[in-house]
Order: sequence, then structure tokens, then C-alpha cells
Amino acid sequence: MDLINIIILALIVNNVVLAQFLGICPFLGVSNKVSTSIGMGAAVVFVMALANFVTYFIQFYILVPLHIEFMQTISFIFVIAFLVQVVEIILKKAAPALYQALGIYLPLITTNCAVLGIAILAVQKNYNLIQSVVYASSIAVGFTLALILMAGIREQLELTGYPKGMKGFPISLVTAGLLSLAFMGFSGLVK
Amino acid sequence: MSSLKYFTNGLLKENPTFVLVLGTCPTLAVTTAAFNGIGMGLATTFVLVFSNMFIALLKNYIPDKVRIAAFIVIIATFVTIVDLLMKAFVPDIYKTLGIFIPLIVVNCIILGRAEAFAQKNEVKSSILDGLGMGIGFTLAITLMGSIREILGSGSIFNIPILAENTKTILLFILPPGAFFTFGYMIAIFNRFKAKYKF
Repeated sequence: MDLINIIILALIVNNVVLAQFLGICPFLGVSNKVSTSIGMGAAVVFVMALANFVTYFIQFYILVPLHIEFMQTISFIFVIAFLVQVVEIILKKAAPALYQALGIYLPLITTNCAVLGIAILAVQKNYNLIQSVVYASSIAVGFTLALILMAGIREQLELTGYPKGMKGFPISLVTAGLLSLAFMGFSGLVK
Repeated sequence: MSSLKYFTNGLLKENPTFVLVLGTCPTLAVTTAAFNGIGMGLATTFVLVFSNMFIALLKNYIPDKVRIAAFIVIIATFVTIVDLLMKAFVPDIYKTLGIFIPLIVVNCIILGRAEAFAQKNEVKSSILDGLGMGIGFTLAITLMGSIREILGSGSIFNIPILAENTKTILLFILPPGAFFTFGYMIAIFNRFKAKYKF
């Protein structure tokens, strides 16, 4: 499978949030404003590409030679937690405003199941190093795309009237459902 | 009486799925059939009970600064145990749940309960809390799985309940159906909660 295929599949056909249900918590939590979504998305792209880069070496140069593949979950989550800490420290120094805006959600990238999930999926799909990093980056860009689309819709929703009982999570979930329905139109784009 | 309260808390009043809205990824992803809901729910309950128990046991020995890392190691250990057990004894369910078994480690219900409950309470109430939350989660996702299975494939627990040629709404076992079902379930739950004040 060539790289273009991987990119299109990961970006829109199998969108990580709307088709694979990974990373729903930040998707529902941070998608209030377009500006915060872009920041969150950028952080996720960086962490995911880096995480897949590092976990590739852990899987094929440590776990497989030592025959301790069952340690995959523990070692991967540890690497991701470490990377998130590094990104947090860098962001705090380099972009304090963005750091303020992302607030609680930055440490939560650790428990963003998309990061761990995609690292494990890339190993299961037998991707090589370049494929794995490209895959993670496109997945993360797809995540950002979904987040920004959702934020745009939610900003408009604030101004419209909808049943009181649907306030909060229910209306967000129904909106996400409609988005997901729209994304299903892309299936079949790539074999 | 009071210790029973920790158990029932997770069932309705603080139901992790419909009230706290935690652990949304498996809730949406695996509920295409009722059986998947039970499998996922029980696996999560197992991890939740044991991680709550061990965190409550070790809370005095874990330094505050590295507590999240320590919690994650404890949780990941039990997730690995569940992963290996399910692979050996229930390979069919293991295959259907797939990636979402190792992902129990990042299920926010578990880390959330460790942080909010187990590290402040004694062992017995932590186990009860884990059990209540786990069963609350299991019931919620099994209910969602049943609804989607009935509407989407016309059966429940793999038993067909509709007449042979009835058209089912395929949308409900596809990704959009998960979002719609979950959204309306929360809205209905909120309505009942406001009406009966539990």
C-alpha cells in the first residue's frame, strides 16, 4: 500500500473520531471554539507523530527481540505519558497563551485513546517506520479536521434554539452523528 | 447501609456512562450488539475493581507527584492480565472487541475513579465503588448495545426477534447510529433524573 493511500484512508475515509471512535473525550470537550480546537489539534499531531516514531523502535528493537510483546500496553502508555509531559513543558515556555487555553486538556492527551490506539494499530498493520509516522500524522490531522468542523458547528448552535433537554452532551452527540453520516460518503474513495 | 451506598452510587446517581459521560470511546465503538456490551463491561469491571483495590492499598506509599504514573502502571498491569485471559478463554469476543481491550488502560472511568475515590478511601469502599461503577457501565453499554442491535439487525443477544423479511435500520449498527443512540439516551436519562430526582 503506498503512502497516498494511507493518507487518504486515515484522513477522511476512516476518520479517527467519526468512524473509529478514538479520542471522543477531547472531541466533545475541547470543541467549543475554533481557536482552541486548532491548538489542541496541533498538540495532538505533534504527540502522535512522535509517539509512533518512538513506539516503533520500542516494539521492534526491544519487545520483539526479548519476546516480551505482552508488555506492549504498559511500555507504550509510559512513552506516551512521557512525551505529553515534554510537550507540556515546551508549550508552557514557548506559547503561554496557548498553554492557558488548553488548560486541563493537555495532560489529558495521555488518556486520549487515539494516541495509544494508533500506536498499537500501526504495529498490528505491520507498517514500517515511515508508513507508521505518516499514518499517525494523517490520523491526527483527521482528528483536527473533525475537531474544527465540530467547533464551527457548535459556535453556530449557541445562537440557535433547540430543545432544552438536548442541551450539552446530547446535542453535541447528535451533531457528531450527522457529521459521521456525512463522512460515510467518502467510503469507497480508496480501495 | 453506608457501605452499600458506595455500590449503588455508580448504578444510577453517578452512572459513569449517562451522568458522568466518561469512557465514551468504548461506549460508542463496541455497542453494535448486546453481547459486545457485556464483554466490554465485564472486562472493564475487572480492571476497575482490582485497580481501585490496589490503589487504595498502596495510597500511603505512592508519592503525590508521581501518582498518575503509578496509577497508570497499576491499571496497565490489570489490563494486560485481562487481555491475556480473554485471548485464551473467549477468543471470539476478544476478536470483536479488538483494539478496545488494550485501550481499557486509557478509559477515563478507571483513572477517574482512582483519582477521585480510591486514593482517598479505604480498601473495602474502594472495591464496592469499583464494582458499582463497573456494573453501572456494563448495564449502560449493554442497554445501548441492545437498542442498536434491535434496530440495526433485528435481534437481541443474537436471537432474532423480528419477522423474517422485516427491513431493519442498518444505520444503527454503523458509526452514525452510535452517536445518535448515545445522544438520545443521555437526553432521556437526564429527563428521568429531573423527574424522579434520584
